[in-house]
Amino acid sequence: MEIIKGIPANGGIAIGPAFVYEATSFTITRQTVSDIPHELTRFKAAIDGVDDDLMALKTKTARDIGAGEAEIFEVHRMFLADPSFKDAIEAKISKEQLNAEAAVDAISKSLGQQFQALDDDYFRARANDVHDVSRKLLYRLLNISNNGLTGLSQAAIIIANDLTPSDTVTFPRDGLLALCTEIGSATSHTVILARSLNIPAIVGLGAITIKNDDMLIVDGAAGKLIINPDSATIEQYQKEQQRQAVKQQEALSQAAKPATTVDGHQVEVVANIGSLADAQQAIGLGAEGVGLLRTEFLFLEQATLPSEDEQYNLYRAIADVFQQLPLIIRTLDVGGDKALPSIKLAPEQNPFLGQRAIRLCLANPTLFQPQLRAILRASVDRNVKIMLPFISSLKEWQQAKTALEQAQASLTADQLPFNPDIEVGMMIELPSAAVLADLFAPQVDFFSIGSNDLTQYTLAVDRTNERVAHLADPLQPAVIRLIRQVIEAAHQHGKRVGLCGEMAGNPLAIPLLLGLGLDEFSMAAPAIPQAKAQLRKLSRSDSQHLAQHCLTLPTLEAVQGYLKDNL
Amino acid sequence: MVEKTITVTHKLGLHARPASLFVKAAQTFQSKISIANLTRNTQPGDAKSILTLLQSAVAQEHTIRLVAEGEDADEAIDTLSKLIENNFEE
Repeated sequence: MEIIKGIPANGGIAIGPAFVYEATSFTITRQTVSDIPHELTRFKAAIDGVDDDLMALKTKTARDIGAGEAEIFEVHRMFLADPSFKDAIEAKISKEQLNAEAAVDAISKSLGQQFQALDDDYFRARANDVHDVSRKLLYRLLNISNNGLTGLSQAAIIIANDLTPSDTVTFPRDGLLALCTEIGSATSHTVILARSLNIPAIVGLGAITIKNDDMLIVDGAAGKLIINPDSATIEQYQKEQQRQAVKQQEALSQAAKPATTVDGHQVEVVANIGSLADAQQAIGLGAEGVGLLRTEFLFLEQATLPSEDEQYNLYRAIADVFQQLPLIIRTLDVGGDKALPSIKLAPEQNPFLGQRAIRLCLANPTLFQPQLRAILRASVDRNVKIMLPFISSLKEWQQAKTALEQAQASLTADQLPFNPDIEVGMMIELPSAAVLADLFAPQVDFFSIGSNDLTQYTLAVDRTNERVAHLADPLQPAVIRLIRQVIEAAHQHGKRVGLCGEMAGNPLAIPLLLGLGLDEFSMAAPAIPQAKAQLRKLSRSDSQHLAQHCLTLPTLEAVQGYLKDNL
Repeated sequence: MVEKTITVTHKLGLHARPASLFVKAAQTFQSKISIANLTRNTQPGDAKSILTLLQSAVAQEHTIRLVAEGEDADEAIDTLSKLIENNFEE
C-alpha cells in the first residue's frame, strides 16, 4: 500500500481500478519541402479541420456539461487564427522551407515555453492549451486518430500526466470514477470538468508509477491517492463512501416530496437555470420545473448571434429534461451594461436605465424573432412558457405580443409546428409594472416577480455599487408592499404569481412570501431541498398573519427583526 | 493616437474568458491597438492577439496601458476600457 498526496481538486471518494491514459504518441520528422504553396495549403486545411472539430466540441460541451466549460474551445479557436500562432507557423514554412508538422511543433514549443516562464499559475497553465491545439493540428497533418481511451472497458480511475480540455470532454462520461493527474494546478481544466461531472479529482500528484488495473482509492477532499490499499483501508473508505451516499440520499428523497404546508396548501418550488447541466442538476434536487431559464449565456459568449436552430436545439434539450413540468424561458435580458459581442451596442450614460432586455429586442427584430421562433418550436408537446423581461408599460407589452404573433405567423408560413396556446407571462421587476399590475393581469398568463431588480429600481439603489448595495434588500417595506399589490392583482384575475429572485430561497423571506400568497418559488437548484423542508413545516394561515403584520412595519430593520423572531 | 492607463479589478485578471471577450471587442476596430502590462513591465503587444494578451499575464490589480492609433481610436479605447471597468459583466 502506498499513499501519495496531491492537490485536492474535487471532493468525494472513488474506489476502483486504474486506467492509465496516454495521449497517442507520434514522432515528428523535420523535412525540407520544395513545394511551399502545397505545404501552406496542407497547413490551411489542417487549421480549417481543427476549427470545425473545436466548434463541434464547443457545442457538445455546452450541451452536455455547460456553457462555461465550453468557453475554452472558443479560446482555442482564437488561437488558431492568432497572428502569433498561425502567421508564425506560415512564416516558418515559407522562410525555412520547413514541413508543416515541424513548423507547428516548433512554434508550439516556443509559445509553450513563453507561457511556462510566467510566474503566475493560471497563465502558466495556458501552455497546456497551446499544446492541446497544436496536438490536434499534428494529428490532422499526420492523419492519425487520437484513441487514448479506447482501451477503457470498465469504470475506472483515470491516471494521466495531464489532461487537456478536449481529452476530458471526449471521454465517455459514465466510465469515469475519478481523475488524477501528475501535473496541473487547481485552476486546470481537469478540475473544472471534474466538478461539472461531479467526480473526485486530484491534480499535481508528481510522477506516479501505476499500472492498468492497480486497485486505487481516491480521496478527493484530502487530495490523497492510495495505491493497492489493504483490505482494512478499503473497508474504511467503503464505509465513508456509504455514509456520504446515505446523507445525500436523505436530502434527495426529501427533495422530491411536494412542498405542502401543515394546513394542506401546496406551493410550487422550481429552479432558476442557465444551461442544460443546470437542468439535469435541478431535476435531481427536486425542482418541480423551471421558473426562470436565462438565455443570455448563449449570446454573451460568441462573436456571432446564435442561430435559430442552435437556440432551438438547446431549448428543446432542456424541455426534454422536464417533459411535462413547466419550463419558463425568459427572452434575452442584455443591453446597457452587458456587452453583446455579436451586436455593437452604443455606450450609455446610465445603462441600468437604458436600452436593456425587451427594449433592445424590440429595437432589433433580427435578434428577437429567431429567439421567439426557437422558443415556440421547442414548445411542441412540452410545457414551455415564454416570459418577457423588463416590461415597463402596457404599450411595451403589446409590442412584445405583436412580435410574438409575427413569429407565430412566420412559423405557420414555414409549416413548422409550435404550441399555439403557449402561455406568455411577464416579469415584474420595475415599479411601474408593479403599480399597474391590475391592468396587466387580465392580459398575461402569469407574473414572475424579479425581486432583485424590483428592489434596485424601487429604492434607486445600484446593487453593484458597494457603497449603497446594503440598502438593496427586498424586505424593504416599499418592496414587500409592491409584492403584495402584484399578488392581489393577479389573484383577482385568477392568474398565478412566481418570484425568481434570490428572495425566493431566503429562509427569512419564505414565510412572508407564503403569507402574501405567492404561488411559485423559483431559486437556484441547490437551495430547493432546504426551502421545501421549510415550507412543509409552515402553516399558511399563520404565515398570512405574519405577512399582515410585516406590511404594517415602517422600516427594513423592523421587518427583518420581526421575521427573525418568528423563524 | 489615444491612450489610457487602467487598473484591472476582475478577480482573475484577464484570464481566458475576459481575454477572449476583450480580443473580440478589439478586433471590431480598424485602429491598431496595443496593450502593455505596466505592473509586469511588458512590451506593448497586439491587443487583437489572444496569445499576446494571455502572455502579458494580467492579474487582479495590475495596471495596463492601452494605445490605439487610427480613425476609430477614441471609440476603441472607450469600449475596451469600459469592458474592463465593468468587469466583463461578471
